[in-house]
Amino acid sequence: MSGKIDHDSYSDASLRNLLNSVKSVAVVGASPNWNRPSYFVMKYLQDKGYRILPVNPRAAGEEILGEKVYASLAEIPENFDMVDVFRNSEVAGAVTDEAIALKDSKDIKAIWMQLTVRNDAAAARAEAAGLQVVMDRCPKIEFGRLNSELSWGGFNSKVISAKRRKVRIG
Amino acid sequence: MNPKEEKAAAPKFGFETRMIHAGAQPEPVTGARQTPIHQNTSYVFHDAEHAASLFNLQTFGFIYSRLTNPTVAVLEERIASLEDGRGSTCCASGHAAQLLAFFALMEPGDSFIASNRLYGGSITQFGKTFKKFDWRVKFVDVDDPQNVRDALSPDCKAIFVESLANPGGVVSDLEALSNIAKEAGIPLIVDNTMATPYLCRPIEWGADLVVHSTTKFLSGNGTSLGGCVVDSGNFDWAQNDKFPGLAAPEPAYHGLNFYETFGDMAFTTHAHAIGLRDLGSTMAPMNAFQTILGCETLALRMERHCENARKVAEFLEAHPAVAWVSCAALPSSPYHALAQKYLPKGAGAVFTFGVKGGYEAGTKVVENCEIFSHLANIGDARSLILHPASTTHRQLSEEQQQAAGAGPDVIRLSIGLETLEDLIADLDQAISNP
Repeated sequence: MSGKIDHDSYSDASLRNLLNSVKSVAVVGASPNWNRPSYFVMKYLQDKGYRILPVNPRAAGEEILGEKVYASLAEIPENFDMVDVFRNSEVAGAVTDEAIALKDSKDIKAIWMQLTVRNDAAAARAEAAGLQVVMDRCPKIEFGRLNSELSWGGFNSKVISAKRRKVRIG
Repeated sequence: MNPKEEKAAAPKFGFETRMIHAGAQPEPVTGARQTPIHQNTSYVFHDAEHAASLFNLQTFGFIYSRLTNPTVAVLEERIASLEDGRGSTCCASGHAAQLLAFFALMEPGDSFIASNRLYGGSITQFGKTFKKFDWRVKFVDVDDPQNVRDALSPDCKAIFVESLANPGGVVSDLEALSNIAKEAGIPLIVDNTMATPYLCRPIEWGADLVVHSTTKFLSGNGTSLGGCVVDSGNFDWAQNDKFPGLAAPEPAYHGLNFYETFGDMAFTTHAHAIGLRDLGSTMAPMNAFQTILGCETLALRMERHCENARKVAEFLEAHPAVAWVSCAALPSSPYHALAQKYLPKGAGAVFTFGVKGGYEAGTKVVENCEIFSHLANIGDARSLILHPASTTHRQLSEEQQQAAGAGPDVIRLSIGLETLEDLIADLDQAISNP
């Protein structure tokens, strides 16, 4: 990693690399209700081939989208690449510290805080521990934006390219 | 939730690059470089689960062209990019765009404030037809911001103006109006049809929504009807309880809260998933394609439109048989200073004038023209001429006509891209041969 990350302005390349390298995502604050934002994001990421691991103490033991819900990150019995935080900015600090503590045992590589969630102190601790941090963004929106799907809804992706994109058929 | 600005670190491309490229990467399956015309109604689902995700708005994709269409989506992103907005929703016409914009904001019994100098068709739509939805408009002279403040009320949901008013020469003080809207916690909606995003970008001055008749300069050749609502993505729909359609559980979508779920994409998602779904005023793919082609040359055309218009206005102002000219490009215009602030690249190509001799002499000028087409449109490559009081502004009272700058002696011109000397010669012979 070179230089200090500007959390006001992530490059498309860094977001693309992160989303391309991650395979499993622990979602803290995962809701079992179909019309909640966290459910929308989990459903989309799952459709795109990511393994999602829901975390929510109030729904522990239930299933969301076919995946067992865990009470905490520590209880997830397998490794995961990224933690996606659907909690407020303050709580995101504690979630980040939990992820830092589990970084080596779970092989965690990144922490992603959702839109409106930002905790610069926690981000600094995570980066010092070698984790990549994205804040105040949504992985669904970024995945869609970088893969031209956001454009289908009439949104300004700010992506301009005359290159022919590779598509997987089937 | 605070409104979120797009923070993409993507390089900021120039206007001319975006008018050609925004929204239109090469088609990935075939490599087709120009945007394909998806003359198609419906889209095959991968499986039942995919279909359910699409209908729940949980994934991006196409269902049915009443809601979204790949060709229309290219134009939507193109216009959103040119206006520096978050997203846009294209629809069948400029009037459809106005209905779509208010549809997301208004409940029966609500009101909004609009300029009394709007295009006559807008005054009729707002004042007469919207009344049937129990949406109430208050027309005010927005030149004095105090009039707007005085007209505010708890049920007022928006302020609506034109950046550059049709038919002629009136420029709105967008920054002052935006400040009033922000204090009141309501969006400023700006009709940017006459200026186009090349001459003025209302979002940069604080507008929350921008509407267009894409039929005019954006399409540019008089071929294709269309409209567009651009959302800035900057308005906080949850700052008060005025906008339940966007920031409360939406009964027309299983209780989904659009602002909570889609953040700064809420308005554009709502405008497609509910607005177009239930109002049905979809833009045709062929019209979107024609308008995409128009956008590709917008800057070049607007430069020539404005230059021709300013020189024709100067000619008319000096003509002995002309009584007055209302064109914000002229230093004599009371709106010249506002035009220099908001439209520094040119004050548009549509303006009005009156000849000595009033109504009779005016209609004679219209009929005498050989190159100017006598018809009810603006923003064509061809020069157009019209007598508003007997046509576009006919449904208004004489008082409303006067306020709208469309009194009995007014002639409206939309200056095209023909050779300047030919346009001047045509008007000269038309005026000089009563």
